[in-house]
Amino acid sequence: MSAGASALPVTYIRPGARSMSFTLREVWQSRELLYFLVWRDVKVRYKQTVLGIGWSVLQPFLTMVVFTIFFGRLAKVPSDGVPYPVFSLAALVPWTYFATAASNGSSSLVGNQHLVAKVYFPRVLVPLAAVLMPAVDLAASFGMLMVLMAWYHVVPTPAIITLPLYAVLGMLTAFAVTLWTSALSVRYRDARYVLPFLIQIWLFVSPVAYPASMVPEKWRLVYALNPMATVVEGFRSSLLGTPAPAAMAMIAVPAVAAALSAGVAYFRSVEGSIVDLA
Amino acid sequence: MVDVAIRIHGLGKRYAIGAREQYDTLRDRIAAAASRPFRRLAPGGLGPSTTIWALSNITHEIRRGEVVGIIGGNGAGKSTLLKILSRITTPTEGEAEIHGRVGSLLEIGTGFHPDLTGRENIFLNGAILGMRKTEIERKFDEIVDFAEVGEFIDTPVKHYSSGMYVRLGFAVAAQMEPEILIVDEVLAVGDVHFQRKCLGKLDDVARGGRTVLFVSHNMAAVQRLCTSAMLLERGRLVRIGDVRSTVAAYLGGEARGGFAAAARTGEAQILRADLEDLDGRPLENPSCSDPIVCRIGFALPRRSPGMRVGIGVLACDGTTVFTTNNGDAGTPCPSGPGEFDACVTIPPNTLLAGDFHIALCLWNAGAILDLQEPALSFAVDPGGSPLYAERATRKGYVHVDCAWAVAPRVDTSAAVLT
Repeated sequence: MSAGASALPVTYIRPGARSMSFTLREVWQSRELLYFLVWRDVKVRYKQTVLGIGWSVLQPFLTMVVFTIFFGRLAKVPSDGVPYPVFSLAALVPWTYFATAASNGSSSLVGNQHLVAKVYFPRVLVPLAAVLMPAVDLAASFGMLMVLMAWYHVVPTPAIITLPLYAVLGMLTAFAVTLWTSALSVRYRDARYVLPFLIQIWLFVSPVAYPASMVPEKWRLVYALNPMATVVEGFRSSLLGTPAPAAMAMIAVPAVAAALSAGVAYFRSVEGSIVDLA
Repeated sequence: MVDVAIRIHGLGKRYAIGAREQYDTLRDRIAAAASRPFRRLAPGGLGPSTTIWALSNITHEIRRGEVVGIIGGNGAGKSTLLKILSRITTPTEGEAEIHGRVGSLLEIGTGFHPDLTGRENIFLNGAILGMRKTEIERKFDEIVDFAEVGEFIDTPVKHYSSGMYVRLGFAVAAQMEPEILIVDEVLAVGDVHFQRKCLGKLDDVARGGRTVLFVSHNMAAVQRLCTSAMLLERGRLVRIGDVRSTVAAYLGGEARGGFAAAARTGEAQILRADLEDLDGRPLENPSCSDPIVCRIGFALPRRSPGMRVGIGVLACDGTTVFTTNNGDAGTPCPSGPGEFDACVTIPPNTLLAGDFHIALCLWNAGAILDLQEPALSFAVDPGGSPLYAERATRKGYVHVDCAWAVAPRVDTSAAVLT
């Protein structure tokens, strides 16, 4: 009898935020729920929209067309020797992912309030699922990029093996942002108005419409504090053979790591009060 | 010691009821910061008084296999306790220790998405409740069977009737197999058929040796399912014990056979009430075949014409079985002033075996002057009643003396022809 009792997992419930905070082990144990949360968002999105997955392709494609006309043709922005449409689309693919993930993630806790109030699970799964969901779009728009590259006879270099690293860096950046914004928007509903504006600004401080090489050398490292600069340039270098943003990555990786750990710490500190605040 | 499933020690939860604590915006934050120096001067300003203890100093040990009913009025802290034990919210003080996996069912169909089909929602809901995908796949047919949704399984649940919706939700939840199950008022939804099914399922769970915490306003369900009960009142644990006496304590005080007013108010008032037999002796354990006399003493300090005195007989779950007052029998009530006794006799073989409560009321055309609800509690035994001669149990609360005739059929049309 006593052996049976001690085999049962024991949970301690104590005051304070720490007792609620998630652990990696717990997140791993809930991986199936994470899968279903992502699956739900994907399913619902494609059931509610006519174009379904078409949107994830259409959005970066149309932006690319506009960029090509205004930045490529009219403003004659340099494109590191690559046809401008391919140059901008290679950046728009990760960028669109980031923008979607960040805005999805920010509203995720507020949007899943009914769930959070009725069932316990590691709350971090909610923003995590919101960041993973647009990866489906990323895959689709990546397919379109491949088509466009073939059209312009741009052949990927062996550097393509580094592409997953940049994709992961982009996801981690989005997740770091989301940890902050999702928890903040439970408490301050203003957050949802701030974020779209922030993302708009962020687009222009990232080398999406222009190459990072346009930024003066001495400012390049400060510029690299924006991890999306490395992500975007990394996508280009691994696919189009432009120079790899190695120096920028040296800044961006620690920057993301710092933002991520601060985000995790903040999220853990408020996790326990999410229900009471909503 | 080994057998403890949940150990709760000094658990308390404080909520801030100040509006600002709820939904604040940055603007409010800035405004609040600017006005902070003046806040203390403002009457009713934000201070410690704007908090409320939804739960305070709860200490209890629940053994494995116990089925505990948590009862109490609205705002007693029942749901807060369940939310803390389900880890949905943190306590402000105290601690709890839980041995085993917890499954909580605080709502039916948590996380159902209206645009997803029944099939898809089963998987989603199951995962939310902590089930593995393989586990859900294995139990899928059973869930569909239990939910009785049949061919609608591939229809989005937004097209479901509310009955189908709750059945599906409960069917998924019923497949949870945690060591400890926490259930909040799930019987409040759905029709009678559904409620019966739910109860049956919960019965199975309880018999299966699992620990269950069950919040309900349905006292009949609590009495049927639970082995013990906790009575909460305004955040405090006021009573722990066997179900019967705890439910009785909640419904009408200490399963008492007598009522006495706490103090004289000087207004029209019910002073006391007792159960007696026909000879005026106190009635301790009435059986079905006993006439039950309820003697109600009341005071009318002024001349008060048109008074009515009445009782309501409530079943153990709080359902009103019937009401009766002096006017029903055409018995006039004296206008006073003075003190009077009213006697109402419940005829023999009327109340079936079970627990009952009596509410007392004194009123006139204008208003209810005194209401004691419930004032008396008593149990009726089958005794030697002919009602129980053939079978030990009967359904319902009362017996109605109906006329019956059973005879060979007389074919009138045939009679005319010949």
